[in-house]
Amino acid sequence: MSTSADARLPAAYLTPGNASFVDFLASQAPDLLPGRGTPAAGAVDVPHGTTIVAATFAEGVVMAGDRRATMGNIIAQRDIEKVFPADEFSCVGIAGAAGLAVEATRLFQVELEHYEKIEGITLSLDGKANRLAALIRGNLAMAMQGLAVVPLFAGYDTSAGIGRIFSYDVTGGRYEEQSFYSVGSGSLFARGSLKKLYREGLSARECATAAVQALYDAADDDSATGGPDLTRRIFPVVAVVTADGYMRMPDSEVATIADEIVTARMERPDGPAASLT
Amino acid sequence: MSMPFYVSPEQLMRDRADFARKGISKGRSLVAVQYVDGLLFVAENQSQALHKVSELYDRLAFAAVGRYNEFENLRIAGVRLADMRGYAYDRLDVTGRALANAYAQTLGTIFSSSGEKPYEVELFVAEVGERPEDDQIYRLTYQGSVADEHQYAAMGGSAEQITEYLEEHYSAGLSLDDALRLAVEALGHDGPEPRQISRDALEAAALDRTRSQPRKFRRIPASRLEALFGAATPTKGTAAEEAPQEPVEPVQPVTSTSGGRRVDTPGPTGTSRVSDQPGTATETGGEPEPVTESGKDPSDEMGDLPDQPPTNG
Repeated sequence: MSTSADARLPAAYLTPGNASFVDFLASQAPDLLPGRGTPAAGAVDVPHGTTIVAATFAEGVVMAGDRRATMGNIIAQRDIEKVFPADEFSCVGIAGAAGLAVEATRLFQVELEHYEKIEGITLSLDGKANRLAALIRGNLAMAMQGLAVVPLFAGYDTSAGIGRIFSYDVTGGRYEEQSFYSVGSGSLFARGSLKKLYREGLSARECATAAVQALYDAADDDSATGGPDLTRRIFPVVAVVTADGYMRMPDSEVATIADEIVTARMERPDGPAASLT
Repeated sequence: MSMPFYVSPEQLMRDRADFARKGISKGRSLVAVQYVDGLLFVAENQSQALHKVSELYDRLAFAAVGRYNEFENLRIAGVRLADMRGYAYDRLDVTGRALANAYAQTLGTIFSSSGEKPYEVELFVAEVGERPEDDQIYRLTYQGSVADEHQYAAMGGSAEQITEYLEEHYSAGLSLDDALRLAVEALGHDGPEPRQISRDALEAAALDRTRSQPRKFRRIPASRLEALFGAATPTKGTAAEEAPQEPVEPVQPVTSTSGGRRVDTPGPTGTSRVSDQPGTATETGGEPEPVTESGKDPSDEMGDLPDQPPTNG
């Protein structure tokens, strides 16, 4: 890598044309790309992130992630953060091999900012989603070794004026989801929960409540997903993206929501009951 | 076979410096002013799409005058270097000094390498600190020397006159509005007669340490400039109509092809659309002007030529 500043800038730096940082990195410093090299076959025990949920509401989109990372049957970390801002109007949540996923997210953030600085304009939301797909595809070899990275991408589409959600598979397939979606080991339970709780016309706070309820249900049935930690006061990370940009919901507000949910579940441990018809 | 004439190294460097300075002096000037919350950059720029001031990194800005395609390449290289360092190490490890150094080495090498045309550009690399004392403005010249400027700085064709004006009128702790006023006034004092600069031809941006985001760079929107200076008067209209009143270099090619001839006829709708097209550079868009065209250049004197090799800070 030629980051040393005591020489002339290499010709590749001065060549105009490509606004992608990932492509530039691949040509100039491929060793810095996440997931470079294929590990020997066999199981590798690394921390894995677990459940991420996202749901849209009238003004934008909410994304929430639990705080647990697991390594086999061990809880590797109880306060890991898995939801990050990608840029001003989008966020990304990660499930899968935590180390690779965090690195891929960092690269994705630089990619979006780099494009914005070089071109003087931000990518469209679809453009961002496609760039992320390319990054995931680059990790396919690692995914085949059991080190998959499966993100959930959500953002506010400034041209359409709505919140949108994109999910991915390990081959880089990109799928737009309607209303709500979840990824990770507890995603099936979370999605079932959201199915009953989600409705049109939710406010941002109600949407966040539904997301935290879904994470609670996921933690209830999936050992790799962490529920609200009342003794340590560790609660899910909740991101809200609207026309005003990315905002991480303050911990105190998430704590209030979590406390309400826990109190209600003291009465009814399975959570709010949906009507039968 | 003819023997090449002997040209002394001094003469060679002088010619190259002369060439670069001539190119730069054709462009409009740019000023940087420190205000209470950071650093402000104001340039006279007819184009809304092609910027002279832009973001390099969280706390770093890049400003340039001269030949558009050359400083745009340098800007892109700087963004790549900054992003690469920030990704490989950490965001905090990207410093203005490192960027200024890289630019100085690049410009210095190109200037003294006989196979390459010297770049006709001048740059600012500016860094906003946590406190006003930590603000940095590095001024880089075409031959790769670095100067550390404080409080205010100007570059471009009329840098000297503008710096003189700033020297007289600058005071520490300006508000953003006062700094904007001062900068625009200073840009207008670039000739024997002060002139009014059209509001649509102003480009302003700031590194604002009070911004909550890590990225401190922001452009000053036209609405803010309008609130400050009033809307552009309708009689003045477009920049094209203003151009003849301007005292400096009426030969400035706004859009030109390789032949140096103007191809776009400025229609009644104004020139802003013309200069919006990417690739048609703002000031020195075309081919190099023939060097033989001399005599007009205010900075033609040989007094302060670089006798020594480029110094790199």
